[in-house]
Amino acid sequence: MRFAFTEDQIALHDAVRDLLNDHSNAAQLREAWGNETGRTASAWGALHAMGAIDAMRAEADGGLGFNEVDAILIAEASGRVALAEPIIETMMVAAPLNLVTIGLSAAVVTHESPFAPWADTAEVIIELAADGIRSRHRQDTTLTPRSSVDGARRLFAVSPNTEVAPASTEVALAFRRGALGTAAQLCGLSETMITVTVAYAKERKQFGVPIGSFQAVKHHLANARTKLEFARPLVYRAAASLRDRDAEAGVHVSMAKAAASDAAMVAAKASLQCHGAIGYTTEADLHLYMKRAWALGGSWGDAAWHRRQITNHLERAPIGER
Amino acid sequence: MDLAFSPAEEAFRAEARAWLQANVPNPPLPSGDTKDGFALHLEWERQLFDARYAVVSWPEEFGGRNASLWEWLIFEEEYWLAGAPQRVTQNGIFLLAPTIFEFGTAEQQQRILAKMASGEEPWCQGWSEPNAGSDLAGISSTATRDDTNGGWRLNGQKTWTTRGAFCTHLFGLFRTDPEAERHNGMTYLLVDLRQSGITVRGVERLDGDEGFAEVFFDDAFVPDVNVLGEVNKGWGVAMATTGSERGLTLRSPGRFLATATKLIELAKSLPDTATPELKDRVTQAWIDAHAYRWQTFATVTKLVEGGHTGPESSMVKVFWSELDVRLHEIALELLGPHAELIDGEFAHWMKGYQFALSGPIYAGTNEIQRNVIAERVLGLPRK
Repeated sequence: MRFAFTEDQIALHDAVRDLLNDHSNAAQLREAWGNETGRTASAWGALHAMGAIDAMRAEADGGLGFNEVDAILIAEASGRVALAEPIIETMMVAAPLNLVTIGLSAAVVTHESPFAPWADTAEVIIELAADGIRSRHRQDTTLTPRSSVDGARRLFAVSPNTEVAPASTEVALAFRRGALGTAAQLCGLSETMITVTVAYAKERKQFGVPIGSFQAVKHHLANARTKLEFARPLVYRAAASLRDRDAEAGVHVSMAKAAASDAAMVAAKASLQCHGAIGYTTEADLHLYMKRAWALGGSWGDAAWHRRQITNHLERAPIGER
Repeated sequence: MDLAFSPAEEAFRAEARAWLQANVPNPPLPSGDTKDGFALHLEWERQLFDARYAVVSWPEEFGGRNASLWEWLIFEEEYWLAGAPQRVTQNGIFLLAPTIFEFGTAEQQQRILAKMASGEEPWCQGWSEPNAGSDLAGISSTATRDDTNGGWRLNGQKTWTTRGAFCTHLFGLFRTDPEAERHNGMTYLLVDLRQSGITVRGVERLDGDEGFAEVFFDDAFVPDVNVLGEVNKGWGVAMATTGSERGLTLRSPGRFLATATKLIELAKSLPDTATPELKDRVTQAWIDAHAYRWQTFATVTKLVEGGHTGPESSMVKVFWSELDVRLHEIALELLGPHAELIDGEFAHWMKGYQFALSGPIYAGTNEIQRNVIAERVLGLPRK
């Protein structure tokens, strides 16, 4: 048993984090909100150049042969900056199955996530259907825009114009990768919301003292930090279960997504409350992260959906799972 | 990241499971927080000790197996899954012993540890006083120098001392420098309760057991050999091992996994009251128990690779104590009108609920823990 990342995995995470700080800071994210595509100017290209987007592709296919554990910290780092790019859909769902051209992006629809973010700039639209995975070129679909609470997340309802045969039957694995990557992003978002709120609470003074010195404020943030502390290990464990093709990996992913969604909701609520009225404006950066958390909390199965999967499992299964 | 236990660890799990299956008392022992129940629990502790399961992580010379932290966690999972008795020696073996390993002399270790682990000399913790609960540095019990006899004379009072009425020994902090204030001038003393000058009065707890005690000191004597660490440096001694590197003070996930498992069984046995809403909360609690397990595994990985635990331990305390309350609250809702019964097959849920409610209070209230998280993990200002 060794429940920790390797030095290499951590070094790669740090490199991705630094890169994203350069290419996806709050100002750049605001630009994405206002531009035509909702995507950042340079983050995708930079991530592609370092190999991150295609990391989970086999080496023979031009990737790095990463497994889910190798990739999970990249996903978390992308969440920390609310990266306005379809990285989970492409890095964790499409690329390992070779369903997208290297360097291009994919969009994904599932029964639990029927609206595909950034589909209008995707090469392929991947449908994770009950009977298999279907992959269509964007031109072979009709996209109907929908508006997300998150202004960078350009959503589309997808109508297929062509019937294609299922490309693969590994639907469950693909869905779990997507849900897992989203769970990791939610952990990153929780961390950022807590960090920006702590910074604000140290700076903002009322009654002559920083509001962060009040116990009522402290306890909100302590609760949020504690929720995150106990969501993250479930995400990392689910990554290892997927890598190991554990028979219960689906349950482990559901535990991870449920916990990460809940943690992000708690972090968002605590952060808004501790910001006070400034947090209720779009001038504070908090809303960029909070709205992404709301959006992702409900994507790839919300917390209640994932708990229902686990409840069904527990009702079927004999107890004693260790 | 490697999620598998080694073949040796799995073999240890199998061995512990087999021994527990053969030896765990059935029917379960009465509460160990009553006089008669405590005596029966000490017999169980002796049985554990003789089989070298009482303190698996300790060195062999003191009755342990030199087990790794991983093996300790495995043992704990099996112990609680088997429905084995509460550990009435826990304040000694989990709270005092790590401090003795770190600060005790060789003579103290030889004299104290094995008898503590076998249950021959059960220890209670003497931190709280009537005017010093969360504010531990506010203690006022004194130890005054007695050069004639080579030791210290104790005066004052400790209170809310768990199982104090049944234990033979007490460890605690006493003021040895009357000029010093707050965290200074305290000494960590090991006190034999079986002497004149000490009066122990049992106090009935919320759950009806006589599990608490008040301990009054009236010129009680402690010889110099029973000072743990340096005189006047007791605060540092007491705090140094609160996040013990040996992990002996970790609250093992096995307890909550076992309770979560029992809760699922309870929900399955009560299909009429297990509404979808309640089942969802059962599942949530089960997820939380596993979250606690994996968070612990991350901590243990860090410890075995030479790392240390820091203020993060306050998040751990908040999480397990509130999880324990939730697990029992859900059970009581499932039980409906049967929840109030403290006889019969479901009695352990109300009993367990009352005990769980002590979790957010003892070992530093959760309000204090949240302050620690905010100030020392997040870096918010004290004032």
